[in-house]
Amino acid sequence: MSVRTLPLLFLNLGGEMLYILDQRLRAQNIPGDKARKDEWTEVDRKRVLNDIVSTMFNRKFMEELFKPQELYSKKALRTVYDRLAHASIMRLNQASMDKLYDLMTMAFKYQVLLCPRPKDVLLVTFNHLDAIKGLIQDSPTILHQVDETFRQLMEVYCGLSAGEFQLIRQTLLIFFQDLHIRVSIFLKDKVQNSNGRFVLPVSGPVPWGTEVPGLIRMFNHKGEEVKKIKFKHGGNYVTATKEGSFELYGDRVLKLGTNMYSLNRPVDTQTSGASKNSTSRAQENIAPNPLAKEELNFLARLMGGMEIKNPSGPEPGFRLNLFTTDDEEEQAALTKPEELDNKVINIQAMQDQQRSEELARILGELEVTDQPRWSTSKGDDLLAMMDEL
Amino acid sequence: MFRREHSIPLRGSAAALCNNLSVLQLPTGNLRHFGVVHGPSAQLLSAAPEDGSLVQRQLQAKEGAGVSPTLITQVHWCVLPFRVLLVLTSHRGIQMFESDGSIMVYWHALDTGDAPPVQAVFARGIAASGHFICVGTWSGRVLVFDIPAKGPNIMLSEELAGHQTSITDIATEPVQGGDCMADVVTADDSGLLCVWRSGPEFTLVTRIPGFGVPCPSVKLWQGIVAAGYGNGQVRLYEAMKGTLHVQISAHARTICALDLAPEVGKLLSAAEDTFVHIWKLSRSPESGSIEVEHCHGECVSNTQLCGARFCDPSGSSFAVTGYDLAEILRFSSV
Repeated sequence: MSVRTLPLLFLNLGGEMLYILDQRLRAQNIPGDKARKDEWTEVDRKRVLNDIVSTMFNRKFMEELFKPQELYSKKALRTVYDRLAHASIMRLNQASMDKLYDLMTMAFKYQVLLCPRPKDVLLVTFNHLDAIKGLIQDSPTILHQVDETFRQLMEVYCGLSAGEFQLIRQTLLIFFQDLHIRVSIFLKDKVQNSNGRFVLPVSGPVPWGTEVPGLIRMFNHKGEEVKKIKFKHGGNYVTATKEGSFELYGDRVLKLGTNMYSLNRPVDTQTSGASKNSTSRAQENIAPNPLAKEELNFLARLMGGMEIKNPSGPEPGFRLNLFTTDDEEEQAALTKPEELDNKVINIQAMQDQQRSEELARILGELEVTDQPRWSTSKGDDLLAMMDEL
Repeated sequence: MFRREHSIPLRGSAAALCNNLSVLQLPTGNLRHFGVVHGPSAQLLSAAPEDGSLVQRQLQAKEGAGVSPTLITQVHWCVLPFRVLLVLTSHRGIQMFESDGSIMVYWHALDTGDAPPVQAVFARGIAASGHFICVGTWSGRVLVFDIPAKGPNIMLSEELAGHQTSITDIATEPVQGGDCMADVVTADDSGLLCVWRSGPEFTLVTRIPGFGVPCPSVKLWQGIVAAGYGNGQVRLYEAMKGTLHVQISAHARTICALDLAPEVGKLLSAAEDTFVHIWKLSRSPESGSIEVEHCHGECVSNTQLCGARFCDPSGSSFAVTGYDLAEILRFSSV
C-alpha cells in the first residue's frame, strides 16, 4: 500500500485527540481564582495542550514521521499516542486512554470515509492543523513548529496525483477495516447507525471535479455532440460551489476534520455493542506478542524524537477522566474482557539488548498506575462536583 | 426490476479496493464461484443457488520480509481455452492457482529494482486473452504470461510498455476471434487507456488519453471500450480509433467496478456513492455509432461498494461487495 500514509494518519488522529482532551479539560475547568490547588484551571488546560502540541510537532519527530514507510500495526501506533497523551502533567488511566483512542479512530475513520475526493483527506488534515493553531495561539514558538509541518505537508502532498491519493485512501481504509465502535455524538447526529456503520448520504454537493449524475451525452465520429439524454440517478446531488484551499491559510470549505465537540456535546462511547467489536479486535490481538522487531525499531526511532518534559519534584501529575464519573471509568476497566487488554509490548522476548533497554526506559515512563502517585487527584473531586449539578 | 436475494456470508469483510469481486460462472450446472479480497487474505466461495450450500477456502498472499502481512490487490478467475486459473496479485507478486485455489501452479516475484522509496510496489489488473494472462504492475508495465493447456510451465512471454503510471485494470474481448483487431485494453491511474491486439507479440493499436482522474475499471465488448473514472463518469469509446462516443455522468463518487453481460451487451457500473447502474450498449444501425440506454439503478444503502459482477451472461442477476461488509449482496431480475 501507499508509503506516504503515516503523516496523515498521525496528524489527524492527533488532532482528534486534542479536540477531545480540550473538551474534557474545559468541562472540568474551574475559574482560576476559585480553584483549589488540585483542580483543573484554564492555565492548566493551556499548559497541557501546549505540551502535547509541542511534542507532536517536534522537528526530529516530524522528520521520522515523514520518511516513506508502511503503516505499522494499530498496537504500535497506539503506543505512540499513549506516550503523547502523557507528554504533560496530565495522566490518563488505561480505561480513559482506551476510550480516547476509540473516539479518535472512529472520528478519523468517519472523515476518511466521507471525503468527497481522495485528495480531500489533505483538507481534513489542514482543518485539524488550523484548529490546533487556534488552541496554542499564545505560543509563537509552537505555532512556528506547526507552520513548518504545514509547509512540509504541502510540499509532500500537494503535488500528488489523484491516483496516489486514491491509494492513500485505500491504505487508510484498510487500517480502519472492521472497526465499528459506536460513538454517541455520531449516533445523536445520525451519522452513525446503531449497528456501528456510518451513514453515507446520497445528497448534497458532488465532489469538486465531478458532475451531478443524470446526464448521457452522445457524440458522432467527428466529436460533435448529437444527443443529450437524462436518466434518473436516484440521489439528490447538487453542483459543488467551490474548491477548498490547499494554501497555508484559506477557506477549506469541507467541514470534516473541524472540531465537532463542544461543552454541550460531551464525548462518550457506548460499549454495549462491544461483543461484535471484540471479535474483530481480539482477532487482531491473536498475533503473538512481541511486536515484530521492525515495529520496535520504528517505535524507538519515533519516540526517541519525542522530547518529553517529565514532571519531577513536588509538582503533581493530574489525572483526567474521559468518563463522566470515576465509577464509570472503573466499571469500564473491569468489564473489558482480558483479550482486549492493550498492554502493548512484551519486551522480554527482544533479542537486541540495547534496544530493549532503551524501550524499557521509554515504557517505564509510560506506566500509568491506577492509584495516583501523589496525594491529590483532580479526578476525585469531579464526583463531588457532579453531585452538585 | 431487481430484487434482493439471499446474501452470501464472508468470513472477512471486503477491503476498500477496486474490482473487488470476481465471479466464475461455470457453463455446466448452477454452481458459481466468488472471490473477494479481505486484506492479507482472499476468500473463495462456491455457492449453489438452490440449496445455498457453500464451500469456502482462504488464500494468503505469499509472505514477504515486511513489517505487516502482504496485502492482496486483486483476485480473479481467468478462463482460457483449455483451463481456468485463479490469479492473485499482491504487493509482492503474482500467484496463479488451479481454479479451486487448491494448488499454486506459478509464482512471479515483482522486480522492485528501480522503484524509488516513495513508490508503492504491487501487481494489479488481471485478464485472460486467448492462451495469455495479462497482469499489470505498479510501474505501468503489463506482464504477459503464456499459459500451456495444462501443467505449471507458465512463461513470461512479453512486457508491454505503454503506461507510465500504475495499472488499474485490464479488459479483453469476451469472445475471442481470430480476426479481432483490438482485443485487449489496459487502464492506469492517470486515466490513460491503451488498446492492444494480442498475439505472440502484442501490438499497440491506439492510446486514449486520460483527463486527470484514474480509470479504476475498464471493459471491452464488440469493439466498444467502456471505462469508469474517478470522477464518476463512464465513457464509451470506439476501440480501434479511440474516438469518444458516449459520456455519462453516471455516479457521484469514483467508480469501483464495471462488468459486462456479453450475450446482451449490458454494462454494470458500481461506485463508492452506494449506487449500481445497469446500461444497455448498442450500435446505431445507420451510423454505427455507439449508443447507450439506462436500464436500472439500485441504491445499496450506506455501503461504499468495491466490487460488482453479473452472475450470468444474460445479465439477469448481479452481485456486489462493499467496504467493511462481510457478505456478498445478490440481486436478480423479476
